[in-house]
Amino acid sequence: MSEPLFELRGVGKTFGSGTVALEGLDFAVGRHAFVSLLGPSGCGKSTVLRLIAGLLRPSRGRLIWHRRIARGDIGFVFQEPTLMPWASVFDNVRLPLKLQGRPRREVREEVERALSMVGLEDFAGAYPRELSGGMKMRVSIARALVTRPELLLMDEPFAALDEITRFKLNNELLNLWARESWTVVFVTHSVYESVYLSERILVMASRPGRITGEIPIEVPYPRDEAFRLSSRYTAACRRVSDELRRAMGE
Amino acid sequence: MAVAFDSENPDLPPAGPPAGRAELLVRIFGPLLLLGSIVGGWEFLVRINEIPPYILPGPGLVVESLLDNWHSLYPSLLVTLRITFLALAVAVVGGVGLAILFSLSRWVELSLFPLAVVLQVTPVVAIAPLILIYVDNITLALLICAWIVAFFPILSNTSMGLASADHNLRDLFELYGASRWQQLLHLRLPSALPYFLGGLRIAGGLALIGAIVAEFAAGTGGTGSGLAFRILEAGWRLEIPRMFAALLLISFAGILIFLAFTALQHLLLRRWHASAASRER
Repeated sequence: MSEPLFELRGVGKTFGSGTVALEGLDFAVGRHAFVSLLGPSGCGKSTVLRLIAGLLRPSRGRLIWHRRIARGDIGFVFQEPTLMPWASVFDNVRLPLKLQGRPRREVREEVERALSMVGLEDFAGAYPRELSGGMKMRVSIARALVTRPELLLMDEPFAALDEITRFKLNNELLNLWARESWTVVFVTHSVYESVYLSERILVMASRPGRITGEIPIEVPYPRDEAFRLSSRYTAACRRVSDELRRAMGE
Repeated sequence: MAVAFDSENPDLPPAGPPAGRAELLVRIFGPLLLLGSIVGGWEFLVRINEIPPYILPGPGLVVESLLDNWHSLYPSLLVTLRITFLALAVAVVGGVGLAILFSLSRWVELSLFPLAVVLQVTPVVAIAPLILIYVDNITLALLICAWIVAFFPILSNTSMGLASADHNLRDLFELYGASRWQQLLHLRLPSALPYFLGGLRIAGGLALIGAIVAEFAAGTGGTGSGLAFRILEAGWRLEIPRMFAALLLISFAGILIFLAFTALQHLLLRRWHASAASRER
């Protein structure tokens, strides 16, 4: 693993209701890595992302950053596009910079750059309700990228999309990651998606949420449609599925 | 990564024809046709049964009376509208201000909201005489009565709107280190706008009702009298067509207030909120 960006040591989370969501999480994520958290619904994958983002505090254990992380160094993409319906695409993408207090004229280039990264430069003036599901998700990704983050946290961002759009966005995400070299922690419950995208998959089990296995996907990038049809992809999917089945106690 | 957006692209939003013109015609002419039938039927019944005007004047006579008495009714309309809009303005400032305070402090909400409910559930017609006793200035007393009825829908709707901001968006604002002020300005207030406008539409009508009820309770004469006093005055003199004319003005004022706020709602929400945006078919 490359130089670590952060690590979780013995992290656990118990909610106010007494529910133990996570227990004994120990893993590190290297800089520029693409790591997926894979597990069944309710195993605490999203809670892990929220802990990393600082939106939740661990009840036990520690989250250690190996680099100084400032506001804007973490981008978050939710399962839903989570856009402000009253604001144009441009203003949605501008939001993180606006909250940093940077005036509109100063950040125009940054916003346009983020929009062109996701292929939406011609839709800057559109409103979210005028866009398709895939386009809304691209806006959400552009907003996460506009601050040039060190770490991108993605919480099942493509789960609600149709398969064709999902494949397309998977490829675009990999291209961007190869170019921009952020660190990505990607939450998914799709074995196929995790194998296609990741360098490393952490398999989680539920009640309480914990990591039961770690599988490296040793296939070099760039990956494309040919990889999806290859025997290496099928073999990796089978290995991950077996691990997931074990995690689910089947 | 350049993505071409063309008709083959599954990412493109579905295209649809513009909203139907037929619906627009029905929306305009439907109510007009119904109103015309009612007015026509009313005139017909009055004529066929030879009902005397002191019992039920026909619509023609009501309009005639409205024109004849315009010199006294119009200033009264302005008096009533002045009270209505002043009360509405105070209700908006107070309702929105208090709703913001509630959203910032749970303690303030828990302490003050029951009091607001008490004000809302107590009939204004019952409190109006008391207010008129305790407040020397008649205009101020009328204003208070109208404000009491108009205030609650604004407070209640805006409070609900401020609390309805998307939870993921709240997390996003927190992630980017937004201050409470930034959260309020850029997230909570825009989220509350559709709710506030809904409350404003209700409050507009209620402010007019509050003003009229208060004027009835006050019953004052003279040049500063509102439309309610003109109705009372016409009743005492058995000038029933004039009574109807004043009533007609109140209805028109209420309809205009409602239409104005509906137009405002459409203007502010048409691009982004489902309640105002036209649906593609």
